[in-house]
Amino acid sequence: MRSNWWKILCVVLLAYAIIGGLLLPVPARHILNETIRNLYFHVPMWFGMMLLFGISFYHSLMYLRKQDMNYDIKAVAFLKIGVLFSCLGMLTGMEWAKYTWGEPWSNDPKQLATAICMLSYFAYLILRGGIKDEEKRAKISAVYNVFAFAMMIPLLFVLPRLVDSLHPGNGGNPGFNSYDLDSRMRLVFYPAVIGWFLLGYWISTLHVRINQINHKRDNTF
Amino acid sequence: MNQLISLVKKDLLIEWRQKHTLFGVLLYVGATVFAVYIMNGQPEVKVWNALFWITQLFVAVNSVAKSFLQEHPNRFRYYFTVVKPTTFLLAKMLYSMVLMMGISLISLFLFSILLGNPVIQTAVFVGVTAAGSLALSAVFTFLSAIAARAQQNAALMAILGFPLVIPVLMILSNLALSAISPVYQEGWGVMMLVLLALGVLVIILGLILFPFLWQE
Repeated sequence: MRSNWWKILCVVLLAYAIIGGLLLPVPARHILNETIRNLYFHVPMWFGMMLLFGISFYHSLMYLRKQDMNYDIKAVAFLKIGVLFSCLGMLTGMEWAKYTWGEPWSNDPKQLATAICMLSYFAYLILRGGIKDEEKRAKISAVYNVFAFAMMIPLLFVLPRLVDSLHPGNGGNPGFNSYDLDSRMRLVFYPAVIGWFLLGYWISTLHVRINQINHKRDNTF
Repeated sequence: MNQLISLVKKDLLIEWRQKHTLFGVLLYVGATVFAVYIMNGQPEVKVWNALFWITQLFVAVNSVAKSFLQEHPNRFRYYFTVVKPTTFLLAKMLYSMVLMMGISLISLFLFSILLGNPVIQTAVFVGVTAAGSLALSAVFTFLSAIAARAQQNAALMAILGFPLVIPVLMILSNLALSAISPVYQEGWGVMMLVLLALGVLVIILGLILFPFLWQE
């Protein structure tokens, strides 16, 4: 992915998502009103986060198989940007929840799941910070990343069974897909998802390249 | 198989000979329950349940932490010339499960003395406690291996483990609630299966990943 076309695409899509997202007409919904526009910013954060964590998981697996330092550098970079996305998603979600559900934190399973994801990936960063030797750090953190990711996936499916959800499409609430997310919104929503994900990927690759240079020059990063 | 049994036996024997650590954990449980009693008296049923599982969590961190952290790093080199890493991990997990189950039952006993005994269906509650000790000790044994390799203390294990076991604790307290209060819970059996499946998943993940931890 050294070429430039996808970076240009990313900028174009995001410009479209921001301008179109704020200006294009949206369906008028009770309670939601204009906050429905947050859909273009909040939901793509989650898609981006899951994809970035998934890519990081893949690189950790590859590190365990090949023991190549490049995989470790990539795993950390994607994971860090994933954590950034999860923080942004949490902030935009809490802001949205304050207007629609009445309070920023309402024990929603998706909120809980994200909080758990964030905690365990913060723990990953702390684990890395505690180990000096690089080979060892790479190996141990790869093992933890694989373990945490593989354990998280089933848990994320179990959680909604335990707590009622306020999110659309759960616990008797109508989903966006049924009538809210009409064709006008889809026109902005899908480009926004792709645009935000490409932005996350772009930031991660920059991080990877900086760390690769550091690794080559000082043998550390 | 023989190796597995003798490793578990060795750990339990060490535990019995170094009585101070075992009784240390027991005193820890006792002091915790007593502190809760002093703070709160006899709590209502739901709070009792929550307190019980929180206590289990901290007992797990404190007792299971020893499984890897108590051994001298040099001794691991010896073990790995003698047994396969997977056998070693399984032995450690079995040992922590036995230990954890014993301590859970003792803490249940202490809870029922000091904090009142709301349990209606004792067999169900003991079953849930057993399943819970299995899942908690499997997770924390593996994390204790990670913490030991990172040459860190039990605090790191807690940091790594708490986010991962929060959902497990939620499942456990929901399961246990049906043994405490006479509420009908839909899908109890499915939830129990999910919990056991999680335990098995953790063990399998541990067996796959543990050999990587031990390559030097």
